[in-house]
Amino acid sequence: MTELTLVQAVNRALHHAMKSDPDVLILGEDVGVNGGVFRATEGLQKEFGSERVIDTPLSETGIVGAAVGMALYGLKPVAEIQFLDFIYPAFDQIVSEVAKFRYRSGGQYPCHVVIRTPYGGGVKGGLYHSQSSETYFAHTAGLKVIVPSNPADAKGLLLTAIADEDPVLFLEPKRSYRAVTGEVPDGDHRVPFGSAQVVREGNDVSAFAYGAMIPPTVQAAEKLAGEGISVEVVDLRSLVPLDEATVLASVEKTGRAVIVHEAPRFLGFGAELAAILAEKALYSLKAPVLRVTGYDTPFPYALEHLYLPNVDRISHSLRATAKAG
Amino acid sequence: MAEATPSRGAVPADVPPELGSEELLDAYRTMVLVRAMDERCLTLQRQGRIGFYVPLQGQEAAQVGCARALGPDDWVFPAYRELAVALTRGVPVEALLNQFIGNSADELKGRQMPNHYGYRRFNFVTASSPVGTQISHAVGAAMAAQRRGDPIVTVTFFGDGTTSSNDFHAGLNFAGVFRTPTVFFCQNNQWAISLPRERQTHSETLAVKATSYGFPGVVVDGTDVRAVYRAVATARRRALDGEGPTLIEAQVYRLGPHSTSDDPKRYRTDQELAQWKAKDPIALTKHQLLTAGVLTETDDARLWEGAKAEISSALERAEAAPPVAPGSIFEDVFAQVPPLLDAQRQEFEALLREGVLKP
Repeated sequence: MTELTLVQAVNRALHHAMKSDPDVLILGEDVGVNGGVFRATEGLQKEFGSERVIDTPLSETGIVGAAVGMALYGLKPVAEIQFLDFIYPAFDQIVSEVAKFRYRSGGQYPCHVVIRTPYGGGVKGGLYHSQSSETYFAHTAGLKVIVPSNPADAKGLLLTAIADEDPVLFLEPKRSYRAVTGEVPDGDHRVPFGSAQVVREGNDVSAFAYGAMIPPTVQAAEKLAGEGISVEVVDLRSLVPLDEATVLASVEKTGRAVIVHEAPRFLGFGAELAAILAEKALYSLKAPVLRVTGYDTPFPYALEHLYLPNVDRISHSLRATAKAG
Repeated sequence: MAEATPSRGAVPADVPPELGSEELLDAYRTMVLVRAMDERCLTLQRQGRIGFYVPLQGQEAAQVGCARALGPDDWVFPAYRELAVALTRGVPVEALLNQFIGNSADELKGRQMPNHYGYRRFNFVTASSPVGTQISHAVGAAMAAQRRGDPIVTVTFFGDGTTSSNDFHAGLNFAGVFRTPTVFFCQNNQWAISLPRERQTHSETLAVKATSYGFPGVVVDGTDVRAVYRAVATARRRALDGEGPTLIEAQVYRLGPHSTSDDPKRYRTDQELAQWKAKDPIALTKHQLLTAGVLTETDDARLWEGAKAEISSALERAEAAPPVAPGSIFEDVFAQVPPLLDAQRQEFEALLREGVLKP
């Protein structure tokens, strides 16, 4: 075990994967000499060479398209998109190609590309360095969408992603890169996909969150404990595949649910969770399901502290849900 | 470190730099099969026996000339109009008809509309409909081959319209920067659906665009099998010698519609069509062979009969194959079916069992 920040854990996972499998390679903008703008790939080009840690021209569609070709040929490319906000030039490659290759070829051409990208707000990044657009990708059949919230999961889920057979969009909460530290197992640590984690047990209300929303949700749960409200916090970790069983088990126990994400509310991931609860847990519910989310606006720069769900907003909804009905 | 992974297959037999008359005759055989199949498929679509079709008449010489200059271990990244490339690489007529019908014998499991086929055993990658996306795949695969030390090239096919796409620029730019062993084979068939070549780009040629990416671009008469073959063999040799990519612009004409959903009379003149019909590559190649004395009119008639018979017998088998199994909708989305998708499969199967859905 080693105490690491989340971005260090990402770096350790990449290092471990490259060291143990010569087919793993990294490509992206500024990932080599510079070690990535967040330093996620620091030191890797020096150790593994510029043919395995490839600084590419500034073209997201080129990065993902080249990664597709590499994957079809049998390598295991890990592409970095500098910010999730910049992924849209590669949207066609991701949605039309990466996600559909296995299906459209009748299984002849699996397309195991891992795309890592920092997402989310809280870093004064304004419109184009803050977005949380996981829904576009979770809505696309054929993609796995993974969001770690802590260093141990970042390493364990990224190593699972690189070893997986399917394409993975790996969303790293950039505001947690250095703000969240924790003990990380050394060596080959794997966390399975499709397995949510109950990070805090409780009986009165369930809170579902992922990524950068876990720390404020846990703090809100601690605050409400002081008021006599017992909150269960579930870290989804994997949006696709989703651990529906853990979600349903928690709501069957508490009868109340609050969903927290920083993405806009309308058709956000919370909408799917709420629909699942309506379809499969309606008779367990004692109160309406609430969502604490970003607003349905572009991401604001000066007012991001009011846009992003924080401890106070999350607490407010948890309290309302606990007392409803 | 790369040595831990096995190299793919044997080094391909090198292709000779020129096409002799026997090889030209063999190329012509393929071209006849392609044209006969194209005509048959247009009929099948009109009869409702296949859902859609993308014809390629006028482009046979370019495609056969190019494909013959490739080795079996080279990787092809086609668009959706590459029937002659597929047949040259040995894809059976029956496999293609299975794909057009979308039956249970289709190796793509009936997933794609006609013409979007792909066969791993022929290193012929499954196409998609968005134009140009395959270009950067060819570059990435070439980078992977470089890394593995495999002496192969990747070749990607696209049309004049695609030179305006994002991925054309991104792919050629990456290829130049990484000096990949890639041949970019552009079939300039003069029309991107209704838009003529001169409205696609103000460049004098499409080939000239390679200059800005730092590698050669060449224009070749795409109705001349031997000229195309020579250009591709040269580009392939350069790529294998580590000299990097080449863009080839084969100038052809799409004699038919863009697809069975298109009516070219809306946007181009009969006069233009007549001018290009005089350069029909099938007629030109036949004339070369007759002149060289390696083909007679009787041989030619026999070739056509043979091609038509091969297609008819393949079609009979393809139409006899059972339809795809309904449950296969849920396969190959992921390597394994995840729980939520499995729940949808069960729901679907229950609807079939209860007769709510009829297969």
